[in-house]
Amino acid sequence: MKKIFKSVFTFIVAIATVACSSNANNGTREAQELSGAGATFPLPFYNVVFENFSQVNGDVVAYGGIGSGGGVRNLHDKIVDFAGSDAFLTDKEMAEMAPVVHVPTCMGAVVVAYNLDGVKELKLTGDVVADIFAGEIKMWNDERLAALNPDITLPAEAIIPVFRSDGSGTTFVFTDYLTKVSPMWKEKYGAGKSVNFPSGQAAKGNPGVAGVISQTKNSIGYVGSEYAFAQKIPYARIQNARGEFILPSSESISAAASGIIPTDTRCSITNADASGAYPISTFTWMIIYKEQNYSDRSKEQATATLDLLKYILSDDTQNITSEVHYAPLPAKAKELSLTNLKTVTYDGVSILQ
Amino acid sequence: MNDKLYRITLFVAALIMPIVCGGVVYALVTDAYDAFEHFGFLKFLTSSEWSYTEGNEQYGALPFITGTLMTTLLALIFCIPFSLPVALFVGEYFKGTKVASVLSTVTDLLAGIPSIIYGLWGFYTLRPIIMALNISPQGSGILTASLVLAIMIIPYATSLSAEFIKMVPNDLKEGAYSLGATRAEVVRKVIFPVAGSGIFSSYVLAIGRALGETMTVTMLIGNTNNIPNSITSTGNSMASIIANQFGEADDLRLSSLIAIGLVLFLITALINMIGKIMIKRTRIA
Repeated sequence: MKKIFKSVFTFIVAIATVACSSNANNGTREAQELSGAGATFPLPFYNVVFENFSQVNGDVVAYGGIGSGGGVRNLHDKIVDFAGSDAFLTDKEMAEMAPVVHVPTCMGAVVVAYNLDGVKELKLTGDVVADIFAGEIKMWNDERLAALNPDITLPAEAIIPVFRSDGSGTTFVFTDYLTKVSPMWKEKYGAGKSVNFPSGQAAKGNPGVAGVISQTKNSIGYVGSEYAFAQKIPYARIQNARGEFILPSSESISAAASGIIPTDTRCSITNADASGAYPISTFTWMIIYKEQNYSDRSKEQATATLDLLKYILSDDTQNITSEVHYAPLPAKAKELSLTNLKTVTYDGVSILQ
Repeated sequence: MNDKLYRITLFVAALIMPIVCGGVVYALVTDAYDAFEHFGFLKFLTSSEWSYTEGNEQYGALPFITGTLMTTLLALIFCIPFSLPVALFVGEYFKGTKVASVLSTVTDLLAGIPSIIYGLWGFYTLRPIIMALNISPQGSGILTASLVLAIMIIPYATSLSAEFIKMVPNDLKEGAYSLGATRAEVVRKVIFPVAGSGIFSSYVLAIGRALGETMTVTMLIGNTNNIPNSITSTGNSMASIIANQFGEADDLRLSSLIAIGLVLFLITALINMIGKIMIKRTRIA
């Protein structure tokens, strides 16, 4: 038995050595295996990025789409190299952990997707969306919906709101928006990764919600834009702070980030007061520890983590964002992030020169 | 020497089981302690609030206990009209024939299907049917989950009850026939009274299985944290709330989820114990 183990082990080492020597072509360090976990919202974008990134250095990135809440928890437990989150850490969460750096990776939109026979265009205001999810507007042929959409006939059917059953950055962005536009929502439900929606049904993860909407007539729910697009589910135009009804697109998401971005990039850009801005837009972040020497991580691994983040911030990668229905970061956010990355250390020594 | 080694190995193997079981209970109790201490044991079981608002966290298990009991009870009700006839078919009417063995094999096969597959079938096939029949607008809910659960527990209820029906002594049945009883009367007046507690215990064990079923229920119950007000409304079972929320839960919420796990464990253990006791009674009779 021991002999078998030994030979298998030698075999694996041999393969690993061959694989490394063929891939590690940057000369300075060996290819690393990085692990991250968190938001499902940017997952379609990350899948492309990680694939491309592995071509550069041979570094492999394993990313588990377990929801922003789970990702942050894994980082807290120090079992991942980075966490993906659509919600920046609150001051309270920051206080419970060693110092971290937030790096925005791209921008995206949470869309209000629906499943209605024959309806291709729907206009909604934030107020109406809040009332639908609070169960105040119960029927599709409600007066307020009809007033917003005079050109279409809405069915006399009950509205089925669909939401997330797990902790989710998408939920945070969506409820953060509702809190800003609806005093009723702010008072009764508030913003958070998990919110007690009073009616409808819930599903796990962005794919789960998108699946339920596409399978359930007369339903409405919120998902990351890419998920609605992939399943060809129509989504509503939402009225922004300037009174315009905007569809989510790269341009309208970018327009939402034209305001001031704080140094640590932790900011909400929902309901942005800008012309042409889609109101439920957000940054999505990767979060890493400022001090990279934890849980026996090697310096190579820390360097690889930073390489990945620099790679994501590069112009080439940012250009991919719009292909997968996200939006590129504004120049200011990139600049701030590169400065922030310089503060990341290994054993107290800055990694990037 | 060899014999000694053998005995030691067996002893160690036998010892590991109670240790594992005790360890599980110990871990559950210590981790659930916070929740029970914070809310009080009874209040935790009877409060229907499940709210994560920071600073005012309120966790109560009642909606999930209700969800679990409702799905299990309904599943049991739906399962009886299918499992009892099949058990009689296999154990009495066509006892020992080829048809019976095919039927019992097929029924047992149902037990081998992974629960995720039942979930998928429920989600893509049963749910649209429920919607089309206008039973509930969103399709998922207590009823949908119970229907699929019923199919899942049929093999457990069936094969064990068939065994007990087979075990009814021939002398008794022949005695009844000699008195001029019809077959239906034999079933009602002889088989059911004799095998009754055995049949009952097989349903108890089936309940035990339905209580803890997670994947299928999570996919079909709708996952809302309210006490279901009708059988078509959505809800959450004890197992499904844990599956949905363990990932990001911490502190009090995690402790509350584990407390729900502990309650589920206790209920299941109790049900299984009742089942075992009933089986023993049957054997004596």
